[in-house]
Amino acid sequence: MTLLSVEGVGIDFGGLRAVNDVGFSVSPGEIVSIIGPNGAGKTTLFNMISGVYRPQRGRIALDGTDVTGMAPNRLAERGLSRTFQNLQIFQRMSVLENVMTGCHLRERGPVLGDLLSLPSSRRRSAATSARANALLERVGLARAAEREASSLSYGALKRLEIARALALEPRILLLDEPAAGCNAVETEEIDHLIAEVAKSGVAILLVEHDMKMVMRISGHIVVLDRGEKIAEGAPATVSRNPKVIEAYLGTQAAEAGDAVG
Amino acid sequence: MTMRLSRKHLTLIVLAALVALAPAFFPSNFYYRIGSLIFVNGLAVTGLVVLIGFAGQISLGHAGFAGIGAYACALAPGYLGLHPGLAMLGGAGLSGVVAWLIGRPILRLKGYYLAVATLGFGILVSMVLANEAGITGGPDGREVAELGLRSALAAIGIGLNNAQFWYAATGLSMLAGAWVALNLHDSPSGRALRALHDSEVAARTVGVDVARLKLQAFVISAVYASLSGSLLALMNRFITPDVAGFLHSVEQVTMTVFGGVGSVPGAILGAAVLTLLPQALTVLQQYENLILGLIMMLVMIFMRDGLLPSLMRRLKGRE
Ligand SMILES: Nc1ncnc2c1ncn2[C@@H]1O[C@H](COP(=O)(O)OP(=O)(O)O)[C@@H](O)[C@H]1O
Ligand SMILES: [Mg+2]
Repeated sequence: MTLLSVEGVGIDFGGLRAVNDVGFSVSPGEIVSIIGPNGAGKTTLFNMISGVYRPQRGRIALDGTDVTGMAPNRLAERGLSRTFQNLQIFQRMSVLENVMTGCHLRERGPVLGDLLSLPSSRRRSAATSARANALLERVGLARAAEREASSLSYGALKRLEIARALALEPRILLLDEPAAGCNAVETEEIDHLIAEVAKSGVAILLVEHDMKMVMRISGHIVVLDRGEKIAEGAPATVSRNPKVIEAYLGTQAAEAGDAVG
Repeated sequence: MTMRLSRKHLTLIVLAALVALAPAFFPSNFYYRIGSLIFVNGLAVTGLVVLIGFAGQISLGHAGFAGIGAYACALAPGYLGLHPGLAMLGGAGLSGVVAWLIGRPILRLKGYYLAVATLGFGILVSMVLANEAGITGGPDGREVAELGLRSALAAIGIGLNNAQFWYAATGLSMLAGAWVALNLHDSPSGRALRALHDSEVAARTVGVDVARLKLQAFVISAVYASLSGSLLALMNRFITPDVAGFLHSVEQVTMTVFGGVGSVPGAILGAAVLTLLPQALTVLQQYENLILGLIMMLVMIFMRDGLLPSLMRRLKGRE
């Protein structure tokens, strides 16, 4: 029942082995977290899986089909969606329009119909608008719908990106530090949202620095250090792994491990 | 949704009212002529709003498409026996096809690389028009056939003098162009264009086929430029290769940015102001260009988003 399988992928930037020989798999409804210190290659791995970078080594398969090096929009058509660590918001569009754009694959149609505002085009826009409003409700941004996206706070923008990614109705969702810069309440909301989305059968690949959150919601954890996978397994196992503790977790892990164990 | 719709309709109503009511204040026929020039430019800049303002792609060669539209009207009636009105549509179709062909390789470029590549296209068209004198009449230009619509209107009892007719024809064309661009703005394609303008990578990851959408915007804006060139040729009954020249391209990008590159009414206001100002400043004689340049610099320094968006923001801020 593997949805995403990553096998031995790697990429170099100049002389730097940013990611090397990393492999793992994710099943529908499963939450897999990628952890590791800054610069470990987590975002680069996401960029390869989502088609932003073409892997120089290895193979990525989605639902059994080889999708290595496939363009991001083609991957989106196959149900892969993501958010960005350093926010990629459509700044000059309204909050609602940002989420509506997430419905692009569902709402797109002949450009001539859009130019002439034919009924079919208007119907598509109206349907998208309703769906986008419902998603904004779900992430608690309904009241900001008409505001320009650039006017939102950082935490709100993080949730806006999640709403936009969900608008795609993905089968697999990649979240790159969704709770970074969010306060405790917001983090908990995001935490619940992720669990809920996973429960509906969406596979989730998560990068997050908030260890408590990672330990609480992940089914499986992959640990990266300097581009290499140094450990993987269930949260309790990983947090006790001496290599992991040395590379990254330190005292944080001991705490989180206690909380889990 | 209703809010957006009403904003579009409000914009169109205000534009239509301005076009319809302005003649009440015209002291002479000459002002119909100025109005027509504003509308022809207004049509061209609306196309540039789609390309630059929505999609975020620059072109310094769009006068090349105006040249294709203008010379289609100048040449097709004589060589192919086409009615000038059909020649205008044929020119628009040809411009669209040319835009599609050159857009595919060119639109992979970004920023100033794209600017230079489009610049090259514009120069190419104006060179061909100037050098193929046997067909085009060369740098001295050539006459354009009469559209014939005015006499047809007179036959059904709508009597307009030439200046009035072209005021109405170009005004209606500009309004139709504005309607189409405003439709696009709030449509699925328009959202995708504006999205890739703000973040190409994010647009891609929500499934936008970025190359295809950029190409569509390029073709659409080329058709606008072509129609505006055709109208200019038919209105003046004469055309020279300057219509496709670099200066004409730059002038229209300037109008667009000056008025508000992301806003259809803004760009049209830019076209109006920059068509009128040189006329108004002729009283300053040799200082005309100096003052014009100064005004343009000041507006861009203090109203970075362009005339209309900056004014609207200030009005909102005061409420
Ligand atoms: N586009 C790029 N060009 C050059 N180096 C890059 C690029 N993207 C990432 N890197 C480098 O690759 C390494 C991994 O970065 P990244 O994937 O962002 O780490 P993480 O997300 O785990 O913090 C870092 O050393 C980073 O500087
Ligand atoms: Mg990162």
